[in-house]
Amino acid sequence: MFQYIIRRLLIAIPVLLGVTIFNFFIINLAPGNPVDMFVNPNMSAADILAKKEALGLNDPLWEQYGRWMGSMLQGDFGYSFATYEPVLDNIAARIGPTLLLMGTALIIAYLIAIPVGILSATKQYSFIDYLTTTFSFFGISIPNFFLGLGAIYVFGIVFPIFPTGGMTTLGSSGGFVDTFMHLVLPAMVLGTAIAGSMVRYVRSSMLEVLGQDYLRTARAKGLREFFVNNKHALRNALIPIVTIIGLEIPLLIGGAVVTEQIFQWPGLGQLTIQSIGSRDYPMLMALNFIAAFTVLFSNLLTDLMYSVVDPRIKYN
Amino acid sequence: MAAPELEFENNTPVSITQPLSNSQEGLGKEESYLKVVANRFFKHKLAVIGLVIITLFVLMAIFAPVIAPQDPLEVGYEFEAKPSSEHLLGTDQVGRDVLSRLIYASRISLSVGLGAVSIYVVIGTILGAIAGYMGKWADMLIMRITDVFMSFPFLMVILVLVSVMGPSLFNIILVLGILGWPPIARLVRGSVLSLKEMDYVKAGVALGYTAPKILLHHILPNALAPILVNATFGIASAIIMEASLSFLGMGVQPPTASWGNMLTEAQSLTVLAEQPWLWIPPGLMIILAVISINFMGDGLRDAVDPKSFK
Repeated sequence: MFQYIIRRLLIAIPVLLGVTIFNFFIINLAPGNPVDMFVNPNMSAADILAKKEALGLNDPLWEQYGRWMGSMLQGDFGYSFATYEPVLDNIAARIGPTLLLMGTALIIAYLIAIPVGILSATKQYSFIDYLTTTFSFFGISIPNFFLGLGAIYVFGIVFPIFPTGGMTTLGSSGGFVDTFMHLVLPAMVLGTAIAGSMVRYVRSSMLEVLGQDYLRTARAKGLREFFVNNKHALRNALIPIVTIIGLEIPLLIGGAVVTEQIFQWPGLGQLTIQSIGSRDYPMLMALNFIAAFTVLFSNLLTDLMYSVVDPRIKYN
Repeated sequence: MAAPELEFENNTPVSITQPLSNSQEGLGKEESYLKVVANRFFKHKLAVIGLVIITLFVLMAIFAPVIAPQDPLEVGYEFEAKPSSEHLLGTDQVGRDVLSRLIYASRISLSVGLGAVSIYVVIGTILGAIAGYMGKWADMLIMRITDVFMSFPFLMVILVLVSVMGPSLFNIILVLGILGWPPIARLVRGSVLSLKEMDYVKAGVALGYTAPKILLHHILPNALAPILVNATFGIASAIIMEASLSFLGMGVQPPTASWGNMLTEAQSLTVLAEQPWLWIPPGLMIILAVISINFMGDGLRDAVDPKSFK
């Protein structure tokens, strides 16, 4: 087990290194360079060259990459082109709202997907099963942004129940109720979007367990169907269900970008769109790296979680 | 998946790895497999409906100039006009006919779907085949690169790449094509790894065939079914991706119409509240196209491999 963790970590290192290389070179494909930011009409060509030299932009790309990696390892992601503040400060201010949104969305997704998926599996090929399958297909096929627009239209305009933008009412000091009201729509949109694919996992995971011999035994000894399904089967089906969280993280991050933009939720997703608009490359580099690191880390965590929640799995 | 899922009473379940074993009633082997697959596909009602709708979409895209009532780029009409007999779906902010734009936009979605997926199926198949067949360091290297690509949340890295390269239809197809290959590569690698051990492939090796010949003629044809299923779902997600990018202003740029960029204006509450003809139709078109393709993919998956219900 311990050896397995070490091995997984060792494999993750070259991948993480690859992530930084890929990330660095994407951003360096960008036309222009940071010096263009400082250029003003009074500067001569020689001044610009000197500035470039001073910033090390004339060095070979791999040397620049080394420098970038070096400072990143020390926790220095550079300065934002847009706000002139350290990138990390800007990101730190946005992480809270994003985690709140993603966490709530994930809980909503689980609350929908687990009961629906189990119902669908225990009543396989029934009307309910076809209905949920069809609905989950809709969940996968409706673009996040259209769902968001629809939610704003229905719950913000036709029935103005919930606020449709921001995290708190402008001018107010916020508070729990206010934030909660602002959270409902974006979290529902993001949560239902993920629930669509999650239902499929829960259903197939439950179906797999339902075919096992020990359930036949449980029935044979006269256990009521309710207990067979909800105690014996569910517990074992939950193992893969718990771990699909790792698969949902990339979806969640991508979905958050769109959802935050529509609901003006002040999180990392909105920051991403803003940074793209202002061509804030140091910020984008950091955001992209953090996103990839999160995915990599959650995959690792998923694999480890598997071994914890399922004692049948042996690693050696 | 568990055994009780095999519910095809009339057909012999045929697995992909040995597709040609049970030829029925003296039919040609190739023909019988295709026939079995087609039969199963046409039993999947939603998949058939999906196929019909997509066929209509393709016809609409091809014959857009004939079907569209007006020029999608002409700005001469009244601004933000309500739907009327002259403009069935009204006009947009600069007075272009919404229905015509809607029809022309199908060309964008379909070309992004087909273009991007063709690019990444080729890349993924080549890389997956090399990794699976050569093994050793090539496998190691390609699989680690796959891990790197899969670590980036798709939408996020696409946004960054498109913003760096500049948003345009061509760049979107290119970016989606360059980034989409890892799942295909994994799939092909898996198939190649298992097919490599089959006797008929070993026979090919013994006969001295070159690696490309063995891969192209003996291994890949048998890995085709899962690739095709994956590609079908891929077209659906490429269409969603293009719509999302265009919606965010990072995709197809106006005046060219795309279902995604037709929805951009709906970010304003006035448009959302008072001009539903501007944003509901393009949204419905995206959903209709995407869900039809997804149902087709589902039908295809059941048809080529009855064990792979998911």
